[in-house]
Amino acid sequence: MSTSGALSRIRMQIMWNRLISVVEEQAQALLRTAFSSMVRECGDLSAGVFDLEGRMLAQAVTGTPGHVNSMAESVVHFITHFPIETMREGDIYITNDPWQGTGHLNDFVLTTPAFHKGRLVGLFSCTSHLIDIGGIGFGPDATDVHMEGIYIPFLKLAEEGKMNQSLMAMIKANTRQPVETEGDVYSLAACNDVGCLRLSEMMDEFALDDLDELSAHIIDSSRDAVMARIAELPEGTYHNSVRADGYDHEVDVIAAMTISAEGIHVDYEGTAPISKYGINVPLSYTKAYTCYGLACTVAAGIPNNAGSLAPFTISAPVGSILNAVYPAPVSSRHIVGHMLPDTIFGCLKQAIPDGIPAEGSATLWILSYRGRHQGANEPDAGYTTSAVTAGGTGARPNKDGLSATGFPSGVKGTPVEIIESTAPVVVWRKELHTDSAGAGRYRGGLGQIIEVESRDGSTFELLAAFERIKNPACGRDGGLHGAAGYLGLASGPTLRGKGFQEIPEGERLIVRTPGGGGMGAPAERDPGAVQADVLDGLVSTEAADGVYGVVMTADGAIDAAATEARRGGG
Amino acid sequence: MAIENGIKRLAVDIGGTFTDVVVEFDGRRVTSKVLTTREAPEEGVLTGFREVLGEAGLSAGDIGILIHGTTLATNAMIERKGALTALITTEGFRDILEIGQEDRYDQYDIFLEKKLPLVPRHLRLCVPERVDIEGAVLLPLDEDAVRALVPELQRRGVESIAIGFLHSYANAAHEERTRDILAEALPGVSISISSEVCPEVREYERLSTTTANAYVQPLMARYLTRLAKELAALGLDAPIFLMTSGGGLAALDATVRFPIRLVESGPAGGAILASRVARECGFERVLSFDMGGTTAKICLIDDYEPQASRTFEVDRAARFLKGSGLPLRIPVIEMVEIGAGGGSIASVDSTKRIAVGPESAGAEPGPACYARGGGAPTVTDADVTLGRIDPERFAGGTMHLDTGLAGTAIKEAVGTPLELSEPMAAFGITEIVDENMANAARVHAIERGKQIGEYTLIAFGGAAPLHACRLADKLGIGRVVVPTDAGVGSAVGFLCAPVAYDVVRSRYMTLLGFEVETANTMLDAMRDEALSVVRAGAPEAPLAEERTAFMRYVGQGHEIEVELPERPLVADDSALLKERFDRAYESLYARTIPDADVEILSWAIRVSTGVATPNPVPGVTEVEDPAADGHNTVFDPEDESFDDVPTYGRAHLAPGTRVRGPAVITEDETSTFVSAGFDAHVLGNGYIELERRDASAGEKSQ
Repeated sequence: MSTSGALSRIRMQIMWNRLISVVEEQAQALLRTAFSSMVRECGDLSAGVFDLEGRMLAQAVTGTPGHVNSMAESVVHFITHFPIETMREGDIYITNDPWQGTGHLNDFVLTTPAFHKGRLVGLFSCTSHLIDIGGIGFGPDATDVHMEGIYIPFLKLAEEGKMNQSLMAMIKANTRQPVETEGDVYSLAACNDVGCLRLSEMMDEFALDDLDELSAHIIDSSRDAVMARIAELPEGTYHNSVRADGYDHEVDVIAAMTISAEGIHVDYEGTAPISKYGINVPLSYTKAYTCYGLACTVAAGIPNNAGSLAPFTISAPVGSILNAVYPAPVSSRHIVGHMLPDTIFGCLKQAIPDGIPAEGSATLWILSYRGRHQGANEPDAGYTTSAVTAGGTGARPNKDGLSATGFPSGVKGTPVEIIESTAPVVVWRKELHTDSAGAGRYRGGLGQIIEVESRDGSTFELLAAFERIKNPACGRDGGLHGAAGYLGLASGPTLRGKGFQEIPEGERLIVRTPGGGGMGAPAERDPGAVQADVLDGLVSTEAADGVYGVVMTADGAIDAAATEARRGGG
Repeated sequence: MAIENGIKRLAVDIGGTFTDVVVEFDGRRVTSKVLTTREAPEEGVLTGFREVLGEAGLSAGDIGILIHGTTLATNAMIERKGALTALITTEGFRDILEIGQEDRYDQYDIFLEKKLPLVPRHLRLCVPERVDIEGAVLLPLDEDAVRALVPELQRRGVESIAIGFLHSYANAAHEERTRDILAEALPGVSISISSEVCPEVREYERLSTTTANAYVQPLMARYLTRLAKELAALGLDAPIFLMTSGGGLAALDATVRFPIRLVESGPAGGAILASRVARECGFERVLSFDMGGTTAKICLIDDYEPQASRTFEVDRAARFLKGSGLPLRIPVIEMVEIGAGGGSIASVDSTKRIAVGPESAGAEPGPACYARGGGAPTVTDADVTLGRIDPERFAGGTMHLDTGLAGTAIKEAVGTPLELSEPMAAFGITEIVDENMANAARVHAIERGKQIGEYTLIAFGGAAPLHACRLADKLGIGRVVVPTDAGVGSAVGFLCAPVAYDVVRSRYMTLLGFEVETANTMLDAMRDEALSVVRAGAPEAPLAEERTAFMRYVGQGHEIEVELPERPLVADDSALLKERFDRAYESLYARTIPDADVEILSWAIRVSTGVATPNPVPGVTEVEDPAADGHNTVFDPEDESFDDVPTYGRAHLAPGTRVRGPAVITEDETSTFVSAGFDAHVLGNGYIELERRDASAGEKSQ
C-alpha cells in the first residue's frame, strides 16, 4: 500500500462510498424483513453507523428525515447507559424512550456494537415505526406518555448473542399485534447484524484496524462543505411564524434563524407552550425536522453525518410544544414536527429569495383506525391499522408543486389494495381534489379526496391527527394558499381534525387532504398551463376564470380577448 | 435451444444507437453493426440483414430461424411516442397512475420532477363497479356507463385502451365484461386488461404495467407486421421469434397480446450470452458484467440460470434513481443497472469527492478525447490518459483519440480542484467508477445471499474488458472471461435462448389454510397458458417446467421465491413448503421468525425448452511469450510513473497463448486491460480468460 498523499486521499473517498453502501444495505435488510406496514409499505425507518464517540458517520437515505438527528443523538445516550468498555460481541441494546430515542414510543431504536477481529470498532443503530405498542393507540388523545403504550428504558435485548426472552415476553404482552411486533424486533436486530458483518468485511478489505482516520475525514470534509455553503448566504437574523391547528386550540410556531460565520442557529423562543394532548414534540424531533429543512436547501447533496449536521444548532424553550418534557404525551409529534421545514423556509426565503418553495400540506395524513370484525367473538378479532396518505407540496420557484406527495416526510402512501387487506374497510374513492392547489404563476400540488367505509357495516374508530384544516398552506410572492384539509361524514357532519372519533355503522368517512400553496400571482400563470389543467379537470373552468383570469370557450379553447381583458383589468 | 443444430440462425438486436445482426452457421459467425434507424427501425434491420448474408454468402431462404430483440417498446415509453391510450378504472380511482406511491424518490431534492403518467388525466375514465379483496362483488358493473364512454373514446381518437379495476386479480369478471363491450363497440382498438397483463395485488404497479402494455401495443404490432412482411419479401420463410425480458423466446404471434414483455430484451440477451459462456466453460457461478457507453449492467448467474425477478422500472429520471421511473411488473432477468459507462462524466462534489456519472456524454459530443466538442471528462478520457486505450487503434483504428484534450478536461474538472496530477486524477476517476460498479454488484449479491468472491466475471460491452480486472480485485474475484464478439453480445445471446414463457398470478392463502385443490386448479390453468405460447414456437421439443410460489411470513410486506415440487400438490405439501420457505428465508436474512405462519401471495410457472449442450472448449497447445505488437505507456499509481506495457492484437493471438499482465489486448470494438496481478490465457474457442496469479497479489485495497 502506498503512503502517497494523493493515493491515500483517493482511497479515503472509496472507503467513504463503501460505508454509505453498507448502511444502505443495512436499511434494505430492514425494509425487506419488516412486518409493520409503516415500514414495509411506507419506508418509515432509519439506519446508520456511528463511531465510538457516538458520532454518526453515514446514514441510509430513507423516507424519514424525522430520524436524521434524533437517532444520531440517541446513540450517545446508548453509550451513556452501556459504556463502551462494557459492550460485548452479540449484545443488542434497545429503547423506545421518546426523549432519548426518536420522539415517540412507536419507534423502537436498536443499537448493536460492531466488532472486527474481536475489537469494538463502531456501532450500528436502526429504528422503525411499530404499528401497535399498546396504550390507547397511535393518536394524540393521551394526556401523558404512559397512556401511549409500553415504555422500554435502555435495556439489553440480547447479551453476548442470547436473546432476552423476558423482555420479548414483556413486549409481546403489551401489544395488540404480538406476532408482528416480535417479528419487527427480530427484523431490526437482523438489520444491524447485516451492518456489522459488512463493516468487518470492509475493514478486512482495506486493512483497517479502526475507523478513526476515516471518521475524521468524513466529519471534517462534510462540515467544511456545509460551512462553505453557509458562507454564501447573507448573514443576519430572519424571523417567521406559522400557525398550526393544534388539538384543542391553535398553536403558533415562532422561529428566529441566525446565519453567521459559525453556522445556522434556529431558535424557537416564543413558540406556544406544551399541549395537554399528544401533539407535543421532544427536542430531538424538533432538531431532526429543522435540520432536514436546512439540509435539503442549504446542504443539498452533502451526505448526512455528524459533520454535516454540526453547523446547524437548534434551541427551543423548555416546556414549549417544541421542547416538551417527560411525562408529556408525544405520540403524534409528527403533526407539529412536519410543519417545521415550512416554518424555517419562511426565514430562508428572506436569505435565498429564489430558492425556496411555498408552504405545502406538510403533515402526513395518516389514517389510523381500529375496530372489530363484525360478529366475531374471539379475543383477537380486533384490528388496528394505519394508512399513509399525502396532500400537495408547495409550488417551487420555477415549477408547480407535486400532487399527492409527502413533504417533508418522504414515506410512501399505502396502496388501497393493501389498506383493504389489513382491515375490513372499503376505500370508495381516492383521487385528486379539483381546485385544491394554491393558485399562482406556479401552482401548488393537489390534495386528495378519500372515502372510507367499513366493509361489514360495523363501526370503526378513527384516531385523527390531521393538520392544515384551519390553517391552509400559504403561498409566496402573491401565490394563493392551497385548499384546507377536511374531515367529515358523507351524511354531513364535520369531524374534528384531532382525536379519537367513532364512524357510525353504515357511514362513510370523507377525507380531503390539503393542497400546496402557490408561487407568484395567478394572473402571471401561462394561459396554456391553465388550459391544460382545465382539460385534465385539475382546475375548474370557474377557477380558471375567477382566479387565474383565463376565460375558456365552450370547446375548451382560450378566449384570448376575454382573457386579456380579464387579466389586464384585474 | 429447441432449434436443432445445423440450422442457420440469425439474430437481430435493435439498440438505442446500433442495430446488431449476427448469423451463425456451420460453426461460423458473421456479425454486422449498423446505425439504428429510429423512425423506421426495420430499415436498419434490413440493411444489417443484407450485409451479413452477403458477407456469409447466404440467401434469405437459407436462414432457418430469426430471433429478434428490440428497445422499440422502451423507447416509445421514454420518448412518449406510443399510442393515444385511455385508461378505464373503478369510479373514484381516476388518479392511481398519478398518485403513484406518494413519495419522493430523492429525499433531499426539493426541485425533483415526477414522470408524467403515460395516460393524461382527461383520458383516464371511470365506471361504477367494485369487488372486494376476496373478489366478492360490492357494486355490480354499470354496463351502461361503459357504453356511455364510447363516444368520448371515439371523439378523442383513442387507439388503445387499458382497463384496470381494483382487486381484479381476485375477480376478473368486470374487466372482461368491460373489454367485451368496448371491443364490440370499437373494432380495431387494442384493449389490455390488468387481470391478464399483470394479475397481481397493488393497484399502482398493476395499472402502470397494463397501461404501458396498451401504450406500446399498436406500435409494436404495426412494426412487427411490417418487419415480417419485408423480410418475407427478401425471401425469408423462417419463423420469427422475439426475445422477452425474462430471457426466453416467444413466437411472434404470441407476443402481440403482451408486448410489454419485450422491453429490456437487449440486456436479457447479454445475460443469456453470459449463461452460455458459463456453460461452455463449466463455471457454475458467474457474474455477467456488461458495460457500455452510458450504463453498466450486472447480473448473477448460478448453475447457468440468470436470476429472475418480477419488477422493473422503465424511464427512470436522469440519475437512474430507484423509484423515479414507471414500475412494470413483468418477468425479467434480475439485474442492476447503474449510470457507469465509458461516457459517464466525472466531476468533484462539494465535499471534494470525485463523482462519476450517471450523466453521460453519450456518442455526441462524446468524451473529450473524441474531439467533437465534448469538454467534460469521462471514464474513456481517464482510460486514455492512463494508457489503457491505444489512441491510434480505437474502434479498429477508424477514430483517432486526442489524449491532450482528455488530459485537459480531466485537469480542469478534477485535477485542479483536488490538487491531483492529471494521471492521478484519471486514476481517481476510474477508481470511483469501478468502486460504484463493485458496490452495486456487492449489494446485489448480498441481497440474494450470495458470496460474490466465488464468482467468475464475464465481461462484454465496449468498456467492460477495460475495467474487469479492477472490478474483480474489488470483489475478490479471481477469474474473468472476455468472450469473442463481445461487442455484439446481446445478439449473440439471443441465439442461445430457449423458447420459454412465464405466467404469474396472485392467489392468497396461508400455509395453515393450505387449499390444495384451488392451488392445483390454478397451476394447471397457468401451465396451459404457458404451454400454448411455448408450443407455438417449439411444437415437438421436450419441455421443462418450473413452479414457484412467492411467500412471506403473515404480516410481512415482501415475498421471497420458493420452489414448488414438479408435480401436483398434495395436502401434506404445506409442511414441505414451510420447510423450503424457512430455508430460503434463513439464507437471505440469517434468522427465521419462530412460530409465525407463512402465506403465499403469488404463483409462477415457467415452461421452457431445454438449452442445447454447448460445444466443449477445444484443447490447446500452450504458447508462451508471444511477440508484442507494440507498447502503451500505462500509469502506475503506486509510484506515480508511466511504464511501458506490451500491446497485442487479439486477432493475432493463437489459442493457448499466455500473456502476463500488465498488458493491453486490443480488438476493433474494445480493449482488454490485463493488470499486473493477472495473466491472460486465450482459450481454444478464442475467449480470453484472465486469472489472478496469486490471490494475495491482488491489490484489493489500493
